[in-house]
Amino acid sequence: MTDLTLGRVSADRDRLLALLQEYGVYLGVVVLFLVNTVFTPHFLSTENFRTQAVQVAPVLIVALGMALAIGSEGVDLAVGSVMALSTSLLSLYLGYGPGIAVLIALVGGAVVGVANGSLIAFVGVQPIVATLALMVAGRGLALVLLPQLKDVHDPAMAELGSGDVLGVPYVVLIAAALALLVGFVVRRTTFGRSLLAIGDSRPAARLAGLPVRRVLILVYVCSGVLAAVAGVLATARLTASDPSSLGNLMELSAITAVVVGGTPLSGGRIRIGGTVAGAVLIQLLTTTLIKHDLPPSWTQIAQAVVIVLAVYAARERGKR
Amino acid sequence: MTTDVDIPVRAKNTAEEEPTGAGRSERLSALAQQHGALVTLVVAMTAASLSFDTFLTGDNLENMALSSAFLAVVALGMTFVIITGGIDLSVGSLFALGGVLAAWGSRYGAVVALLLPLAVCGLIGLVNGLLIARSRLAPFIVTLASMLGARGILLSVTDEGSKTYLVDKGSFFAELGQGSLLGVGLPVWITVALFVLGAVVLRRTRFGQYVYAVGGNEDAAALMGAPVARTKISVYTLSGLCAGLAGALNAAWLASGVTILGSGMELEAISAVVIGGTLLTGGFGFISGSLVGVLLLKVIQNVINQIGSLDSAYQQVVSGAFLAVVVIAQTWLGRRRRVL
Repeated sequence: MTDLTLGRVSADRDRLLALLQEYGVYLGVVVLFLVNTVFTPHFLSTENFRTQAVQVAPVLIVALGMALAIGSEGVDLAVGSVMALSTSLLSLYLGYGPGIAVLIALVGGAVVGVANGSLIAFVGVQPIVATLALMVAGRGLALVLLPQLKDVHDPAMAELGSGDVLGVPYVVLIAAALALLVGFVVRRTTFGRSLLAIGDSRPAARLAGLPVRRVLILVYVCSGVLAAVAGVLATARLTASDPSSLGNLMELSAITAVVVGGTPLSGGRIRIGGTVAGAVLIQLLTTTLIKHDLPPSWTQIAQAVVIVLAVYAARERGKR
Repeated sequence: MTTDVDIPVRAKNTAEEEPTGAGRSERLSALAQQHGALVTLVVAMTAASLSFDTFLTGDNLENMALSSAFLAVVALGMTFVIITGGIDLSVGSLFALGGVLAAWGSRYGAVVALLLPLAVCGLIGLVNGLLIARSRLAPFIVTLASMLGARGILLSVTDEGSKTYLVDKGSFFAELGQGSLLGVGLPVWITVALFVLGAVVLRRTRFGQYVYAVGGNEDAAALMGAPVARTKISVYTLSGLCAGLAGALNAAWLASGVTILGSGMELEAISAVVIGGTLLTGGFGFISGSLVGVLLLKVIQNVINQIGSLDSAYQQVVSGAFLAVVVIAQTWLGRRRRVL
């Protein structure tokens, strides 16, 4: 926009900045990867890659739902609580068989999504506040259902958590499949296009005749179900349900992954590839700090700095 | 973020409602918004005192007043932030950080114990404000980041949360939290004084007018010559200071800096402010309402505790549901107000 009035040099600079904003997250991943290859012992091993991928999977799955919410110019702070709720429901109904228990856990996530979406779409509450209310109520509900940690003894769940196909863990395969699916939905379906239009300008989308309320509710249902999937997978991997701590601060990690990946908070645009890279970047950052014996508190501070830097870098890009 | 979103809906409502007796319904909804929380508080307290003999006892009331005091100070700062149309999610972490810094500093005297948390939390608030006002970043994401960052600083100050700093029982600083005047705890007095001060600042000073103006319509405020950026920076700094002070007072009261405090406090503070009638969209709100909101939340918590068989998990469910109900009511009332 400023290119018209400023000189050619600054236009070049702007283009370089735009390029850096566009692909900075991939650059960050490559740099951290190289740094770890050189400085971290045993980084280049199949075992380590496997561990890292398994750890990044739930964050990525939650971040995919968050990307949809942010793309519609909203946000979903309830995702961590939905994970807790899904783990409680899973433990509670495991007696009826793992299939039914998983289904109920996912339905729980969908119900929270409907509640979030209705508050936002029908009542007109700001997304932060609506999902903040569900964030507290959801965690409370999870603890009411399952007051303390409970071990999960189920062969099917154990297989889901630690099994693999040709060395690739199920958890990672599911995360990858969901990333492809969400990417397809955003790019190729009417729902995806409508959601981006709503994020771009809700009044314009409404005037254009899009079913704004239905799409918004569906966005938060997707986010809720994806968070519930992450909760189920995390439970399967830990072989225990811990509603008081599962998914704590997950909303933060997910927002970070999405924002670092280049999706603007102002809505109207979603970058799924960037979100995947963003999730990997956070994971690599955490690994780097922990493997070099820096205290976990530093990870939090580093993550805070990365969030602010990413949002700061993206601030002028805004909408197209 | 979504201020312009409801335009078509509002336009429709105007067309539908203009011919009817709009004046009266507007006054009624304004009244409900201003005093609804107070009426609910009176009803809740009456019901609680009739249901539980233990409710209206000196001990119970004093306990409620004290535990309300700390939240109220946090909510005071939050009220300013929300009236400007912003939000501060870092207050819970700053409350905990303030408490730990105060407890650590108390060995060097009461002055250090008070100034250290104020300085650090005020500085973090200032950084929040600078990023939001000067760099135009979204308030919720900036304060979400500082919530994480402040918790990180707190953990590294306390050896990853394993160290608890104690406040000397007999010291002047401990007295600040545990002492009492005319039978009422000092923190309660301090809170009341701060609320009076806050109300005067908001209602009677130019800064207070700027706060309302910025929240009402930022562009209009800027055109009128209000220092928009400076006002925003001030309110976030104020919010940080309030959270730090509340943490320090709480540490004096508990005689230690407890690291796990404050999580979820941002929600309690936001709820209290919203319940008190302040609009989340900014430009409209009361200091006194936030105090009523805090008391109402504490009465509800107290009732849940009195029932006994319900645990803290139910408190969370009830608080969350309560916030949702209040926000729905407010949006509904607010929409009617805006129409006219």
